[in-house]
Amino acid sequence: MNEFIQFILGRLSIEYFPKDPVTLGAAIGMPLTVLGLVGLITYLKRWNWLWSNWLTSVDAKKIGIMYIIVAIIMLLRGVADAGMLRLQTALAANGAAGPFSTDTFQQVFTAHGTIMIFFVAMGLAFGIINCVMPLMIGARDMAFPLLNAVSFWLFAAGMVLVNMSLVFGGFSNGGWLGYPPLTGLEYNPGPGVDYWIWSLQVAGIGSLLTGINFVTTILKNRAPGMTLMKMPIFPWSVLVMSVLIMLAFPILTVTLALLGLDRTMGMHFFTSDAGGNPMMYINLIWAWGHPEVYILVLPAFGIFSEIVATYSKKVLFGYKTMVWALLAIMFLSFIVWQHHFFTMGAGANVNAFFGIMTMVIAVPTGVKIFNWLFTMYGGRIAFKAPMIWFLAFVVTFTIGGVTGVMMAVPALDFQVHNTMFLVAHFHNVIIGGVVFGFFAGMMHWFPKIFGFRLHDGLGKLSALFWLIGFILAFIPLYILGLMGAVRRIDSYSDPTWQPLFITSGIGVLFIAGGIGLFVLQLAYSIWKRKQLRDETGDPWDGRTLEWSVPSPAPHYNFAVQPVVAERDEWWRRKQQGRTHVERSEYVDIWLPKNSPVGLVIGVLAGLFGFSIIWHLWWLMAICIVAIIIVVIRRTLIDDNEHHISANELFHEAAKASR
Amino acid sequence: MKRVVYISGSIVVSVVLIALFVYLTEGKHIPVLQPTGEVAEAQRNLFIFTASLSALVVLPVFALLAYISITFREGNTKAAYRPDWSGNTLLEAIWWGIPILIIGVLAVVTYQTSHSLDPYKELEGGKPVEVQVVALRWKWLFIYPEHHVATLNQAYIPNERPVRFTMTANAPMSAFWIPSLGSQVYAMNGMHSQLNLKGKQAGTYTGYTTNINGEGYAKMTFETNVVDQAKFNAWVDEARQSPNTMDRSMYEQLSQPKSITDKQTYRLADDQLFAIISSTFSHSHSSNGGH
Repeated sequence: MNEFIQFILGRLSIEYFPKDPVTLGAAIGMPLTVLGLVGLITYLKRWNWLWSNWLTSVDAKKIGIMYIIVAIIMLLRGVADAGMLRLQTALAANGAAGPFSTDTFQQVFTAHGTIMIFFVAMGLAFGIINCVMPLMIGARDMAFPLLNAVSFWLFAAGMVLVNMSLVFGGFSNGGWLGYPPLTGLEYNPGPGVDYWIWSLQVAGIGSLLTGINFVTTILKNRAPGMTLMKMPIFPWSVLVMSVLIMLAFPILTVTLALLGLDRTMGMHFFTSDAGGNPMMYINLIWAWGHPEVYILVLPAFGIFSEIVATYSKKVLFGYKTMVWALLAIMFLSFIVWQHHFFTMGAGANVNAFFGIMTMVIAVPTGVKIFNWLFTMYGGRIAFKAPMIWFLAFVVTFTIGGVTGVMMAVPALDFQVHNTMFLVAHFHNVIIGGVVFGFFAGMMHWFPKIFGFRLHDGLGKLSALFWLIGFILAFIPLYILGLMGAVRRIDSYSDPTWQPLFITSGIGVLFIAGGIGLFVLQLAYSIWKRKQLRDETGDPWDGRTLEWSVPSPAPHYNFAVQPVVAERDEWWRRKQQGRTHVERSEYVDIWLPKNSPVGLVIGVLAGLFGFSIIWHLWWLMAICIVAIIIVVIRRTLIDDNEHHISANELFHEAAKASR
Repeated sequence: MKRVVYISGSIVVSVVLIALFVYLTEGKHIPVLQPTGEVAEAQRNLFIFTASLSALVVLPVFALLAYISITFREGNTKAAYRPDWSGNTLLEAIWWGIPILIIGVLAVVTYQTSHSLDPYKELEGGKPVEVQVVALRWKWLFIYPEHHVATLNQAYIPNERPVRFTMTANAPMSAFWIPSLGSQVYAMNGMHSQLNLKGKQAGTYTGYTTNINGEGYAKMTFETNVVDQAKFNAWVDEARQSPNTMDRSMYEQLSQPKSITDKQTYRLADDQLFAIISSTFSHSHSSNGGH
């Protein structure tokens, strides 16, 4: 009987409920929020609307919006985590106790890193790309619309697993990349590390499928006439990013799978004993991890390339150089991973090789910055909110680049590795590069997706708060690193560090203020949406195809398939007065029908992850079989497209342009 | 008017920020920039060199950004507007070329310092003092095989003499770092890694683990006492008389997962202790490929 209960319940047990007040609060608050939302939707009778417009949608723009919503909610959690970390270090000096236990603190910084990279930065990247990349290349949709939905729901399932750990079982305490043997069974037998592994595993599969989808879309679905060298830079950056995803994410999947085998099957890939080798894990995880940095930052570079040209009212300077710089970064990003562990004892020649390769990346990156500057040169620059984000980006990212080059010198890295200096550096490039880029992109393309602009002043103020917060939060960390403060400490004995940690905490408050202003900007703009409505479809005097369609963009993107002759096609058409489309050009089109398959697979994959974490083998088997059945059933459906006639398209277009 | 507000505002903010950071660092000890060891000194110089070299690129970028932003703002209709200016081979060659030159210089320095500051490289000044280091959950054990003493959470090294630390662990991966003396190296189960250092000024310097290794991570610090040779000899003699003995049973006690921050000195009763610890894990191999 006992064996049967154990078979059914796995290792689920009452002892895994949180005990300390902080996590208990979150554990109670979160399900209540979810219940509240469910209640609200029921009360407003919106379930049908939610199901047919969103949950089953395969429209890339809607999927993109859902990515961005999830990412922004996760951004709130990630910043709250950061606030907890800095609150602890502001207080726990010289023997004083901080508000959080060491275990809570370690879970929080692991969650902060994991969430910010996988569920905020990746989510914002995929969201923005889904919203605008097909529009920019003149495509009606992704190459595989349903697969796109599957990717999103796998991403959402991973997100749910991370947050579920708050309620039940706790999260990993091993850092965002979970080095064994600390995350091995010997030192860490609880479910926390398993939550980390399987949430990333589920979301990671989604990312890989997204990469395949983006590459196929860009290579196969471009508008007629749009050769690769006539494609705007943003899709170029997405192409390069997606190739990196396709090459790097399988490494992550395999590495996590091997660690999972160590933990659940008692194998010895990365254990200290029995022939395991933790150093192999560290190599593998960074063979994924370093390209991942470029997976995040390249689309941000692409966004800035579009923004700088648009708001300077000038063609992008050095297009070909930009493309070659992207390709150079793509290649180099795979031969630098060892710089994350110069201190592991490799020989001087190995360290020197990886150090020099790392510095070489600074060349194409620097070239891009000069090209942006000279795109502005000779322009008529309108300093709208996206340009303010760009200015903030150049300042912070350049400083981050400098400290990056410094740390690429192995002999110097020996003195700053794994200290607060490193923490400051990677926040410097990820906030300055990635986050600022995505905020700029959201403010730039918002009217195209929603039909009204975001309030410009609040956007600028948000950027300013982020910038000041950024300086206050991270400059002290650079100094602290040089003073000997290592990363991930929850207490320290040197009282002279405390004022710097407090300053850093104040910086987090400013950043939180920046996010608050962004939320306020959203709310205010929704309230004032009539005044902010974009009547023309082209509010910024844009250059590329997405601005040729009405705002919000119709679900089929283009009523008439555009044919491209120039790089800045829409700009040229406007100059030549060729913006009108004749009735005779309209033809019938077919679009994919909505499908619940993505949602169903996401739910099953989430359950699959949950079942492995808790050793519910029967449930795991059911989930695998169910996913296979769902996929086979779907392949048997032939009638999966719906038809829109040329007449309908014409009338809708006529209505939109009135 | 608006422009005056912007410019004066940003000047005020910048001045306030600079004043704040001057205040925050005033009179504070910054070991990486104020080193007391031979290796750390070379690394401090390297830090200043690379930072200055990078400034050669960064400062022109900032100046250009400010100049271009102001000159080509929308309101300034006097500036030339060239909407179709899409490239210039000479200009682009310059900003490929200069960074390549700078990185070229840095690459040479990187190669040289990777060798000259290789943690495994023995320092000049005679035969190094051997110190064996074991990272435990959560405390540092130091073994002096030549002097037959051992310590917990504190190290003694003679001033102006090369020291060779040989590291292993019985804990999740840890790292050994004394910022005042220079360089950190990982300490791992079943493996040996090495770090050669040399103190240049007597004093007491804090050491850390930089790699997270569990619950007691933040408190796992140690004291490094750099003392004159005569004092060192006296310390060794005294330590040999210590009533505490470091043998296998004492080691077994210490290897229990428990944070200990007290400092101890022991007489070393088992010369094989370090070898035994590092072969606890059945596969024992050197952590490096190049040595």
